[in-house]
Amino acid sequence: MAYTDKVIDHYENPRNVGSLPKADPNVGTGVVGAPECGDVMKLQIRVNDSGVIEDAKFKTFGCGSAIASSSLATEWLKGKTVDQALEIKNTQIVEELSLPPVKIHCSVLAEDAIKAAITDYKNKIAEKA
Amino acid sequence: MNKKPIYLDYHATTPLDPRVLEKMIPVFTENFGNAGSRNHAFGWEAEKAVDHARNQVAALIGASEKEIIFTSGATESDNLAILGVAEMYKEKGRHIITCVSEHKAVLDPCKHLESLGYNVTWLGVDKQGLINLEELKAAITDQTILVSIMHANNEVGTINPVAEIGRICKERGVLFHTDAVQSVGRIPVDVEKMGIDLLSMSAHKIYGPKGIGALYVRRRNPRVRLSPLVYGGGQERGMRSGTLNVPGIVGFGEACELAQKEMASEAERLKGLRDKLWKLLSAELDEIYLNGHPTEGLPGNLNVSFAYVEGEALMMGIKNLAVSSGSACTSASLEPSHVLRAMDVREDLAHTSIRFGLGRFTTEEDVLEAARSTIREVKRLRDMSPLYEMFKEGIDMNSVQWTGH
Repeated sequence: MAYTDKVIDHYENPRNVGSLPKADPNVGTGVVGAPECGDVMKLQIRVNDSGVIEDAKFKTFGCGSAIASSSLATEWLKGKTVDQALEIKNTQIVEELSLPPVKIHCSVLAEDAIKAAITDYKNKIAEKA
Repeated sequence: MNKKPIYLDYHATTPLDPRVLEKMIPVFTENFGNAGSRNHAFGWEAEKAVDHARNQVAALIGASEKEIIFTSGATESDNLAILGVAEMYKEKGRHIITCVSEHKAVLDPCKHLESLGYNVTWLGVDKQGLINLEELKAAITDQTILVSIMHANNEVGTINPVAEIGRICKERGVLFHTDAVQSVGRIPVDVEKMGIDLLSMSAHKIYGPKGIGALYVRRRNPRVRLSPLVYGGGQERGMRSGTLNVPGIVGFGEACELAQKEMASEAERLKGLRDKLWKLLSAELDEIYLNGHPTEGLPGNLNVSFAYVEGEALMMGIKNLAVSSGSACTSASLEPSHVLRAMDVREDLAHTSIRFGLGRFTTEEDVLEAARSTIREVKRLRDMSPLYEMFKEGIDMNSVQWTGH
């Protein structure tokens, strides 16, 4: 299968690989996918007091397109407010990386990971309040 | 990319041996005759060349030259054996026994027969890829006309006990077909000692040309009869019509002769390289698993699951190596390898498997390079794998609520 240059670039030089402290009240963590399906993404965001995502990290088990989708997602998340982040759609990822139809599920997973991380963060805020 | 990758996919196909090519070239240009032309020297030359090749092919598997039917390749041979027996012996019975880890060229004709009203028993395999002989015995009924079990598996290299299977089939008066594409030329095959009635083989897996293969059809004790799939000029004892592919046949014959001469030393050398590759990988990487049988395996096969690293992603990283993967992402169906699943390999591990296939032109330097780049990429990808992180934190993956999709 031929990959686009953008997918290869993210695969070879993934942005923001790593982990943030899960217990930190300003950190939201989303883990989506399943090992037996061949892809698992962990995406984390750190949100500052004005509601802006100041850091994002990911770790992904999956094919090159899955790695690229999550790497791209972390790039896009940084500097966005939580509400802006919720507007990121998988179709934008598909377009940016020129993913073929068989790889669309990778972009869906990345969108799910963003939503899961934000939900986790919001739950933490709600618990604090 | 200027530099070609190192070829480690010898189960998929092999390069033509230059010694084979040398024998083939004059058959394209000078001795181009039709082996069926009985009235002039061009035809006689071609027929002579085919006869010689038929002997070379037969000798490699301990058969007589009269028992070799040339086909377009092993897929056709498998189809001819299964569909040809099913049609010819349908009055005797309509039951066939095969195995879930067979090649699609066996599975699909059997499924087709099911749709025509035949009964097919699908035997399972154990974790090493072997069939269970007791299950085979129990599956045979008075309706059974054919048992089709592969000799060596193309993905994990496991070698089935064909001599035992042949003996069981003989005792019960059932024909035994084996897809021996991966074993012929790599390990000893003898249709007499192994009690094989029908055997599929292919030239391009043993350094011969593509587009030519053969079906061995036993002529004596018992004499096996087949309904043809291709009708026409009545070539190949009427079992496979069509002008013979003389250059292909000549190349196939030469490839068989070379394989016979060099098999023993080649197998030993490949076994050494394969063991070396496994040793290098397992010295540097934790959580890697061998898929296949620890002792009953093809000499050049090494199928490994690198836990927590997805196979397609790994292949993208080791692009200097031409290998294949059992990962779903590499297949059109998006399903992981049916062979690994049949072996009850954990589904997450099936996604992480890489098949290294070593062959005649693989060097020690190739193996060292393969180990170096695989180790480097597995480590890099594990650094970005959430599963490896969980494993290192001691989290039990089975306790995690996954959100499958």
